[in-house]
Amino acid sequence: MLVYNAGRMSRGAKNKNDFSLVVPYKRIDSRSQPPYLYPPYRLTLSRAPRRPLIVLPHTLSEITGPVFGHDDVRETDNDLTRQHAGEPLGERITVSGRVLDGNGRPVPNTLIEIWQCNAAGRYRHRIDQHHAPLDPNFSGGGRTLTDARGNYRFVTIKPGPYPWDNHPNAWRPAHIHFSLYGTAFATRLVTQMYFPGDLLLPFCPIFNSIPDAKGRERVISKFELNRTEPGWSLGFRFDVVVRGRGATPFESKK
Amino acid sequence: MGPYFSVTVNEANSVRAIAAPDAKGEPVKLVCAVFDRNRQCVPDTLIEIWQANAEGKYNHPADRQAKPIDASFHGFGRQITDGNGACEFETIKPGRVPGPRGALQAPHLEVGLFTRGVLRLLATRIYFSGDAANGECPVLALVPKARRATLMAQPVAGQPGTWRHEIHLSGPRETVFFDV
Repeated sequence: MLVYNAGRMSRGAKNKNDFSLVVPYKRIDSRSQPPYLYPPYRLTLSRAPRRPLIVLPHTLSEITGPVFGHDDVRETDNDLTRQHAGEPLGERITVSGRVLDGNGRPVPNTLIEIWQCNAAGRYRHRIDQHHAPLDPNFSGGGRTLTDARGNYRFVTIKPGPYPWDNHPNAWRPAHIHFSLYGTAFATRLVTQMYFPGDLLLPFCPIFNSIPDAKGRERVISKFELNRTEPGWSLGFRFDVVVRGRGATPFESKK
Repeated sequence: MGPYFSVTVNEANSVRAIAAPDAKGEPVKLVCAVFDRNRQCVPDTLIEIWQANAEGKYNHPADRQAKPIDASFHGFGRQITDGNGACEFETIKPGRVPGPRGALQAPHLEVGLFTRGVLRLLATRIYFSGDAANGECPVLALVPKARRATLMAQPVAGQPGTWRHEIHLSGPRETVFFDV
């Protein structure tokens, strides 16, 4: 995709009273990101922008962003199995990991939200008409803050795969939607987490829209025996990397 | 087919009031409407807004301008578009924020947008049509002249303080989107 380059990026505030110079966030490697227009995912044909994106130099508008704190989450918001009178049906799992920035530093106190369908593959949403049962003990939404070292943990049940109308016999692999704010408007991230060994992955256009094999590998969680809790739940690890600060070298050599 | 934003963004954590009613500044009721390439409205779209207060200061530690924070101003909004592809925010018109090389940007809202059929977050801005500062904005100057109008919210006739902005994901009226 063509991109207008607006010129060199600021290199940092030389004069601390000059608020026009800000420390920008590093540019994203485009190979790890899906394009907007991806015809195997049919809905992108009507919803993907076709014109070049304008490169936006980072100003105070981009390096600031909403800050969430402990008032924004309740203690049980990270446990999707304890939001109703009874427990939901399905395989109990924990999903945990760290949020890091592109410089390898942990991102503490950042809000993570997840949402998912139930074990039968049904979302609690008026549009979802998939013929699978709703679970009265499962809503599918959770939120948490990372701790001081960037760690987070959710308890949930493993979502089921479900059919969708993208193409004949299309099925989404089991997945959990992740939404993070990071430290600024520039670090906002929405992604999907998948499960290792899922037989549907090779057939999914949304998964395959990520151009780079490493990028696809990064969105698959890892099963870790040391994260299982004996007699109680299996554990999956999913680390998320958000953008870090500092100017990207003008010409990156890869 | 997911994502279904209202599973997690529900009444409890959607944010319609970017600024409380007693925040300083010119009150703005902003109506956003999202359309696809075929001019069909796009319901169930997550729209998030981030903006400065009336003085042009952000509620965030990275903004160290010696300007006051307004306790009644939060700066963040988040809504999901309804069956008509539309949603509303209550806010105040932001002040001007410094931009590249010391030039002041025109009043604007940062916008993040996500919905089915969009594979990663879309970033855009909303400016206010007719604002004298638009002609001096160093970021607007990066946008091809013929496309700048796609970033302009329009005042609604007969409803002072109400502005309407259409976001066209694709098509002849495609909105400018940014690589942030």
